[in-house]
Parts: sequence; C-alpha cells; structure tokens
Amino acid sequence: MIDLLGYAAFFTSSALIFALITLGLNLQWGQTGLFNVGIAGFVAIGAYTSAILTTPEAADRIGGFDWPILAGWLAAALVTAAAAAFTGFATLRLKSDYLAITTFGVAVVVQLVALNAQGLTGGPFGVAFIPRPFASLQDQPALFNFINLGVIAAVTVAVYLALEHLSRSPWGRVLKALREDERAAISLGKSARSYRIQAFAAGGAVMGLAGAVQAHFIGFIAPNGYLPTLTFQVWAMLMVGGSGSNKGAILGSIVVWAIWVGAGAFSAAVVPGDWQARAASLQIVAIGVMLCLILLWRPQGFFGKRRG
Amino acid sequence: MTVLEARNVSKRFGGIAAVDGMSFSVAAGEILGLIGPNGAGKTTMFDLLAGSVGVSAGEIRLMGQDVTTLPAHRRLAGGMGRTFQIPRPFPELSLIDNMLLARQDQTGERLWANFTAPRRIAAEERAARDKALALLDLVALRRLADDPARVLSGGQRKLLELARVMMADPKVVLLDEPAAGVNPSLLEVLIDRIREINASGVTFVLIEHNIDMVSRLCHRVLVMASGALLCEGTPDVVARDPRVIEAYLGGTPA
Repeated sequence: MIDLLGYAAFFTSSALIFALITLGLNLQWGQTGLFNVGIAGFVAIGAYTSAILTTPEAADRIGGFDWPILAGWLAAALVTAAAAAFTGFATLRLKSDYLAITTFGVAVVVQLVALNAQGLTGGPFGVAFIPRPFASLQDQPALFNFINLGVIAAVTVAVYLALEHLSRSPWGRVLKALREDERAAISLGKSARSYRIQAFAAGGAVMGLAGAVQAHFIGFIAPNGYLPTLTFQVWAMLMVGGSGSNKGAILGSIVVWAIWVGAGAFSAAVVPGDWQARAASLQIVAIGVMLCLILLWRPQGFFGKRRG
Repeated sequence: MTVLEARNVSKRFGGIAAVDGMSFSVAAGEILGLIGPNGAGKTTMFDLLAGSVGVSAGEIRLMGQDVTTLPAHRRLAGGMGRTFQIPRPFPELSLIDNMLLARQDQTGERLWANFTAPRRIAAEERAARDKALALLDLVALRRLADDPARVLSGGQRKLLELARVMMADPKVVLLDEPAAGVNPSLLEVLIDRIREINASGVTFVLIEHNIDMVSRLCHRVLVMASGALLCEGTPDVVARDPRVIEAYLGGTPA
C-alpha cells in the first residue's frame, strides 16, 4: 500500500514537472501566439544551470560552487529567461515560422553543447550528484517521495498563481490585445515586439525553472534527456489540456503523462524482451492517437476556448 | 500654436508616389478636414502622420518635436491618437478593457510591477476605470461596458474608437472617415461629441467624404488629389473651387 502511494507520489511529481514546462509554453503560445519548438533546449539550459551551480566539485568539469538549491533554481530561471530573450530579440519580429525554425535550432545547439562541451556539462555522462531537497530523509523512501511531491506541487501552484495573476493584469491585457489586433494595439501605444520578447522570456524562465526542478528531483541529468521528444510531449500536453488555459496546461500534462507511462508499462508487460527497445515507440504512438482523438472531438482541448 | 506639421512629406510605393510633397500645419484647437477623391492619398497621409508607414522623404513634427522616425507605438504618448477607416476594436475584449488599453504609461503594463506594486496598479486601474466609464457614457455605450466589443454595430465601433483614443488624453486626433457606415441618428451623436471634445481643447484632423459633416465641423479643409495638395480654405470656398470639382468628377488633374 505504502509502495503504491509512494509510486503515486512519484508519478504525480513527474507529471507536475511537465505541467510547469507546459505552463511556460502556455504563456508563449497560448497567450501570446509564439511558436516555440525548442522547448527541450530551454529546459536543458535551466537544468544544467542549476546542476552546475549546486553540485560539489567534480574532477572532469567546471563546478564546485555548492550553491543552495533555491539559488540554483532562481539562477536557472534567470539564465533561461536571458537565453529566451536573446533568441526572441535575434528573430526580430518573432513571426511564427522564423521563430519556430530558430527555436528548433537553439534546441539542437543546446543539446549538442551539452553533449560535447565536456568541461562545462560533463559531456555524454552528464552531471551527477545533483543535491536533492530534504536529502537527509532519503532513507525513508515513502516520506521522501511525499516531501518531493510537496516541494514540486508548491512550485507548480506558485507558478500557476503568478501566471494567472499576470494574465488578468494590465500586462496580460496587452498580450490579449496584441493577439486580437496588432495594428490597433500599436496605435494605442503598445510595442508589439517588446511584449513578445517579454512573454517569450517569462515563458522561458518557467521552462528553465522546470528543468532545474526536474534535475534536482532525479539527481542526475544527461544530454539525452533533452531530445525533441520532450518538446513533442509538452506540445501534446498543451493541445490536450487546452491552449490558452493554465488549468488546461496542468490537467493536460497529467493526462498525457499518464498515457505515456501507461503505454510504457503496457508494452513492457506485453512485448517480449528482445523487442522491448523497439516497442518503446508505442509510447509516441499512444500520444499521437490521443492527440488525433482530441483534435477530432474537442479541438480546443479540455479547457481551451474555441477560436472564432 | 502649431500642434502638427508636415513638411514636404512624400511616400513612394515602387514608382508610385502615394503622397507627393505634402506640406501643411494644424493649429491647436482647430478641426481640419482632409478631403479628396478615392486614391488621393489621404489614408496614406494619415498612416505617415501616425507612423504606421515610414516616410520616403520629408519631416513630421508633433508639438514642435521632430517625430519623423518615432515608432508608431510611441506617438500616442507623444500626444497624437488615431482612429481607423474600418474600426479596429479588440472584438473579444470587453468595451471597458478596450478602453483601459488606451491608457498610456500604466504601471501594470510592466511585467514585474504586477508583483512589486500591486496596490499602485489597483489604484491606477480604478482611476482609469472611472474615466473609461465616463467616456463610454459620453458616447452612449456605458450600458454595454462589460460586453465584448464584437456585439457593437459599425457606428458604435466608431464611437468606441473615438472614446478609446480619448483615454490617452491626446492633443490631436486623426479620424479616418468617422461618418462612414454610421446611421444618421448616431452620426449626430458623433458630431456633437467631436465638437464637445474639440471645445475642451483637442485638435482634430479628419478624412471624410460626407461633405455635410465636413462643412458642419471643419474650420478649414485641405483637398488632396494624386498625392498632392490641390487647394485649401474654408469648407464653402473649397466646395465651389472648380479645381476641386474637376478632381472629384474629372479624373486626374493636370
């Protein structure tokens, strides 16, 4: 029983970390219409930033800063925001296709840097011994799982409330106006470019924070954790939950993560051992089928508004 | 005193000069009409004044400052507002939100301030809301304040745009065909409001085809044809000018 509850806590924690990333995407895409297909790259920047700053000294790479975990998380959010702002700034008007291509490129570059810049990132071996919050409780696995869940849930709730506050604020009102009629908004004194960069950077900060939280939840990161599959998962989560809705972003993340994990467990149980590696693709198939169903029956997602 | 001035302003699209060496100035407190046949370059002239299109040559001065290269989104804070030929309300936003958006220099439009200065923002919002409701009242739209702007008729949209731009306390407002598509009774409301606002010291420049409205409102009229200034004068003098009649009826002037 305790095992099952412990697993439930572990599952929910993982899902909520995705919910954080999806909340970041919802600010960028759902509320501002910025097409980011480089999510994995921004998550990776946050994860590596916090990992490098908080880990003890390692022989083969830069490190030994031993920062407190919270400081690492804050730095992760700031560094990722800066990276996102720079990306947005460089693509000038942040128009859909250019931004999409650029963000995809950024994600590839980040992943390759993580893989090859051994002195900074540990290369293919990644960064280990990332401190976990409340590590002293690690010998009581069930309690430790629940405390982790508590920490992650608290971060998620805080980010959710902050984003809801922003979307109802005068700042959020400008984003809505820009999405509805950019020219009219400009005539009323709003700089479309400045607000887009702000929204892209703020969304990036949330993704970076999510990456950092995840790194400290698992305790280890490596470049293959930040492949385009991650970007795909997060997009599926937002589509399913409902683009534009923060509640939808969270619910969609939990649902899609449940399908992902469920499909993985199913194929592990049913498929014979030597086919397992190939059967892992069934997870992606399951998410794809789910997306098709949603797009057919409820194209706006669980919580999204239908667009006219 | 001159509030707005165009000095030899031109705009070329490829080989065509949509606006060709326009010079004029607008005095504080006047209502200036800009008329001319379709394709004369009136709306392009407005786009140049408002900064949504960049000039090819010439200079635009607002309140004595050179604003030729000032981006469009900075011109409202500089004192110049505009409305559009086809009104552009934010259809899914409520009327009140439409109004609040036009306020300049709002603390709450700075991302971080929403977390550091919530009280100041709430106070500013309350004040802006009162002002917005009063302005909506002025254009007879107050009872629709919480409805989305998409429910408005064409004429009501024009009134909303006028009220919205007034939220920013502009010194001069460019109105692009305020009477187009407005039913006669609403048009009277519109004319009255423009007069009232003008009496409070706001300068207007308006493009209009409704000559009755032009002669009732405007102190002075500029006539444009083929991108250039054809003539100017009081409404009735201009209406009798043979060049103007020729421009409207006879195609291209020599």
